[in-house]
Amino acid sequence: MKEFLLGKLDLDALPHDIFMIAGTVSFILLGLTVIVVLTWTKRWTWLWKEWLTSVDPKKIGIMYFLVAAFMLVRGGIDAIMIWLQQALSSGSSHGYLSADHFQQIFTAHGNIMVFFVAMGFIFGLINYIVPLQIRARDLASPLLNTLGFWLYVAGVIMVNMFFVLGSEYAATGWLAIAPLSGTEFSPGVGVDYWIWSLQISGIGTTLGGINFIMTILKMRAPGMTLWKMPMFTWGSLFSMIMVVTVFPLLTATLFLLFLDRYFGMHFFTTDLGGNAMMYTNLIWMWGHPEVYILVLPAFGIFSEVVATFSRKKIASYSSQVIAMGGVSLFALSVWLHHFFTMGAGADVNSFFGVMTMIIAIPTSVLVFGWIATMYKGRIKFATPMLWFLGFIGIFTLGGMSGVMLAIPPADFQLHNSLFLVAHFHSTVIGGVLFGIFCGISYWFPKIAGFRLNERIGKNAFWCWIVGFCMSFIPMYVLGIMGATRRLDHYDASTGWQPLYIMMFIGGLIIACGVALQVVQIIASVIQKRRLRDTTGDPWNGRTLEWATASPPPFYNFATIEPVTTQDALSEIKKQGTTVEPKYEDIHMPRNTGAGIYIAAFAFVASFALVWHINWLAIVGIAGIIVCAIARTFNDDVEYKIPAATIKEMEEQRKKDTPASAPVDSKENEDMSLWDFIKIVLKWALDVVRKRRLKTW
Amino acid sequence: MVNEHIAESHEEAAMDRVGFGFWVYLMTDLLMFAVLFAVFAVLRDATHGGPSGQELFKLPFVLTETLILLTSSFTAGIGMLAAHRGIKSQVLTWFGLTFCLGLAFLGMELYEFAEFIHEGHTWQSNASLSSFFTLVGTHGLHITSGLLWMGTALVFIWKRGLNAPLVRKLTLLSLFWHFLDIVWIFIFTVVYLMAFV
Amino acid sequence: MPKNRKKNSPARALTLIIVGLSCLTLVIAFLLQDKNIALLHPKGLIAQEQLILMFIALGLMLLIAIPALTMLYFTAWKYRESNTKAEHEPSKRHNRSLVLVMWLVPAVFATVLALIMIPSTHRLEPNKSIAAENKPLTIQVVAMRWKWVFIYPEQNIATVNYVQIPEDTPVKFELTADEAPMSSFWIPNLGGMLYAMTGHNNQLNLIADTPGDYPGSSAEINGEGFAGMQFTARASSQGDFDDWLQKMKRSPAVLDTAEYAKLLKPSEDTPAAFYSATEPGMYATVLKKYGASEGHHGHY
Repeated sequence: MKEFLLGKLDLDALPHDIFMIAGTVSFILLGLTVIVVLTWTKRWTWLWKEWLTSVDPKKIGIMYFLVAAFMLVRGGIDAIMIWLQQALSSGSSHGYLSADHFQQIFTAHGNIMVFFVAMGFIFGLINYIVPLQIRARDLASPLLNTLGFWLYVAGVIMVNMFFVLGSEYAATGWLAIAPLSGTEFSPGVGVDYWIWSLQISGIGTTLGGINFIMTILKMRAPGMTLWKMPMFTWGSLFSMIMVVTVFPLLTATLFLLFLDRYFGMHFFTTDLGGNAMMYTNLIWMWGHPEVYILVLPAFGIFSEVVATFSRKKIASYSSQVIAMGGVSLFALSVWLHHFFTMGAGADVNSFFGVMTMIIAIPTSVLVFGWIATMYKGRIKFATPMLWFLGFIGIFTLGGMSGVMLAIPPADFQLHNSLFLVAHFHSTVIGGVLFGIFCGISYWFPKIAGFRLNERIGKNAFWCWIVGFCMSFIPMYVLGIMGATRRLDHYDASTGWQPLYIMMFIGGLIIACGVALQVVQIIASVIQKRRLRDTTGDPWNGRTLEWATASPPPFYNFATIEPVTTQDALSEIKKQGTTVEPKYEDIHMPRNTGAGIYIAAFAFVASFALVWHINWLAIVGIAGIIVCAIARTFNDDVEYKIPAATIKEMEEQRKKDTPASAPVDSKENEDMSLWDFIKIVLKWALDVVRKRRLKTW
Repeated sequence: MVNEHIAESHEEAAMDRVGFGFWVYLMTDLLMFAVLFAVFAVLRDATHGGPSGQELFKLPFVLTETLILLTSSFTAGIGMLAAHRGIKSQVLTWFGLTFCLGLAFLGMELYEFAEFIHEGHTWQSNASLSSFFTLVGTHGLHITSGLLWMGTALVFIWKRGLNAPLVRKLTLLSLFWHFLDIVWIFIFTVVYLMAFV
Repeated sequence: MPKNRKKNSPARALTLIIVGLSCLTLVIAFLLQDKNIALLHPKGLIAQEQLILMFIALGLMLLIAIPALTMLYFTAWKYRESNTKAEHEPSKRHNRSLVLVMWLVPAVFATVLALIMIPSTHRLEPNKSIAAENKPLTIQVVAMRWKWVFIYPEQNIATVNYVQIPEDTPVKFELTADEAPMSSFWIPNLGGMLYAMTGHNNQLNLIADTPGDYPGSSAEINGEGFAGMQFTARASSQGDFDDWLQKMKRSPAVLDTAEYAKLLKPSEDTPAAFYSATEPGMYATVLKKYGASEGHHGHY
């Protein structure tokens, strides 16, 4: 009876290891804090109405940022734990983590960073910025948007769920290669948590991909042909086309692994005909395009930033677009380079090696295009440009190591070594993460209404660069020394320990960089009035998102005027026309809880499948179906705002906008880090002296 | 008058987008099936000494299933013609027929599965059977979803009558149904017919 | 003075970067003297060839990367807004030949690299036997949790977590696994790795030209005891190898079916073991257990 009700759940599932307990307690405290604050400020209804059920891509975008930022810290703590373990575990010392726990940590680290940090930030940026860039008011399907976001959140909860119940995560590496991930070698629930957190968020990503493609292809402003779209929109389009192409492969593969584990099937087992190599092929057919899915929007961001801050049109627009397209296309044909060492033979290995080499061509074209854009420009080195310059150096390092790895005989010595780990961190941190930081510092004024503190931003940037070099250059060296990845301990005679210690120190410096980024945001909030963006266009932008207020009204644009050229906003500024806007009725989608409800049932079903609680799984699946059907019976999904109301709101907004604050004034500079520390100390002293909380 | 016109073209534009988006979704579904087909191709001979498809499958039975599903596609097509003409009763009849045929197909498939399981050939027996049950079973799950969708749509039409947006949604349903039919043709060929080659 | 700070900033940044990287390099070089930088200390033909390939690739890439990066950072510096002497053409149209160059230069480099890569991939294919004067030695390797079992079929001896080979002799390692996830057989000083998987018989050909003890490990995570799955590969002179064979023959332990079953049980940090005899056809039995045979070389 107990087995029927609870499946594999029993008291053993509660956390019983010190680190797990620490994690559980942290999450519970965090959750309680949020609940207490919301209840005390009576903000539950506000939260539900304004944010959780919102279908506004701007709000969904901000929610993506918040969750992704939280996961960045979570994944970063994993990274520090990894660095520390490896710095300590030389010779007879086996560090402070058991081998199994260490393996779970780096698995979680990889999954979190790729699925929940990078994808989260990218989806946030696409949600917020792309509609603004193409003069649309919303995505094609607001429902799919909110559903996709809540499935992502369900995945986030699932990947952390083992802290509360289960006490183990997959210990297989971030892609859970078979047969290690089968029940024979991983009998616990860890791999099941892995499967379902990725499956749910993967489906959310696929839905998002369909949505973004529909939006970009069908909802552009009149006159904006494909060849007039901004570069970030292009990068996003290519990325989303790849999403809908390869995420179904992930869905199918995870499904097959689930079938092996839940129903005792034999797709990837070592017996009865199973073929574990097939898993490797399938998972990497998804896995390689995935990293290009992450980096293409980043390339788009860099193209925008370089053009705007060079005050010059992007050089050779067509070449850049074709290059991005070329990268997407070839990314689909290189997956075997992740397992040259499996013994496929020289012909097969050569083919995939050559295909991998070919991707370097369009990537180089993009870099040359950026050089040509800067040539005879007039470059302002605000923080976004710094992130671009940092990206070039680090990404090139990653690219070169990638070309080395693409040569099969060289790969035989470098595969699965720390050289490989350094390579992909160089490309993902240098390309994707720096692209995200660049995009966020670039578009922050649009999103928040005030720009970010430049001085602390620069401090944070340099911390990242120094920390990165300190952490990853020794890693390349370790790879050359023959150090394998994922080792929880190693011989003292190898001489690796000093390098591991250097890596750990580098990691701490990166952590300082992250802390400074948080400080940067707080400092900007403190100096909000001075940093306010009153024009909606603080950088003298070239694309349409800068043609709205900062932040934009919920309907983005009062009127959808046609577009005639690339860099539409620059053209409008050049023409300088001030035509009286013709207001029309606007249809806006209503908020809906359908996304949350369906995602909640999906979470329940997945949780049930992890623990083999069959009846609960059926309830979950039934719930999804019922919610979906209920939604189709709902006719009232839009509401109309009459033209007269729009006109009123626009005129009111123009009246409310204060006179422009001096943005580049020399007398009142952005506060420095030292200024910030002084402010914090003064506040703390005030609190201690007066013994009462300052009201916000 | 103008506002109504704008409202309708707004509605049309929305449906155009949804239609396009549905095609994209169908392509993702197709890719997922492609993986299952590829896996089947790799594993079909991994019977580990167990019976092959040739020994297990009964072609006349499967042929009947196939003809039933094909006919259901035909009846769905007639139903769509009626929908475009706005004839509610005919829509209910022909889609109702489609529903029954789909249900019969599903019943036959479940019967075939039950037979195999009864004889001791389950998805746990070997990789070949795992991939067979998964490929055909996933198709069956899709048919089930289609039937659920069809049932809901029929209730909708019965209670609220036909209107333009509903007809457009029916188009998507029939698209889904024809798609499943095409996938089945591939299954019939690759899984069943090719077992006898 | 803010303006001065800005003007000196790029130069200062560049100086700091160069100084920082140099210090880092010096510290690392100091820390690593006398250490086994395995990939840079090839002790056999295969590792040597692989290293040469890496240097060629690196050289070619630096040939394009250094000018490109220099151009980029120089352009960024020259056209900074405080440099009022630089021209500013906001709507400069770039000519077609520039676009052509942008595509051709990387294409040429990629082609050259591909033309080097394809023949060398074929030449360095792991299952290709190495031509040498001495007779080749076959060693059959079974990866288990979490140890390596080495069977010498011609000499009828076996070892655990230790393998000895004579110098200048081509060694054919046949790799498989038993009751273990995918493992990767790697002796970095001698050459690249190859996977050892259940149901597959992969062949890795290596040769050592210098006597010495070289570390070997599994380069693919295969469970909790993964990090401890290390072995020693000793290359010795032919005379020393023959002596060792004699010593092995005097070992009391025997790798029979019972002992093999004991080894199959998962164990971590297994110490080296030496067996004076094995059951004939043990390796083939392992392969058959997973439905494979010796003819099957693990291609798909």
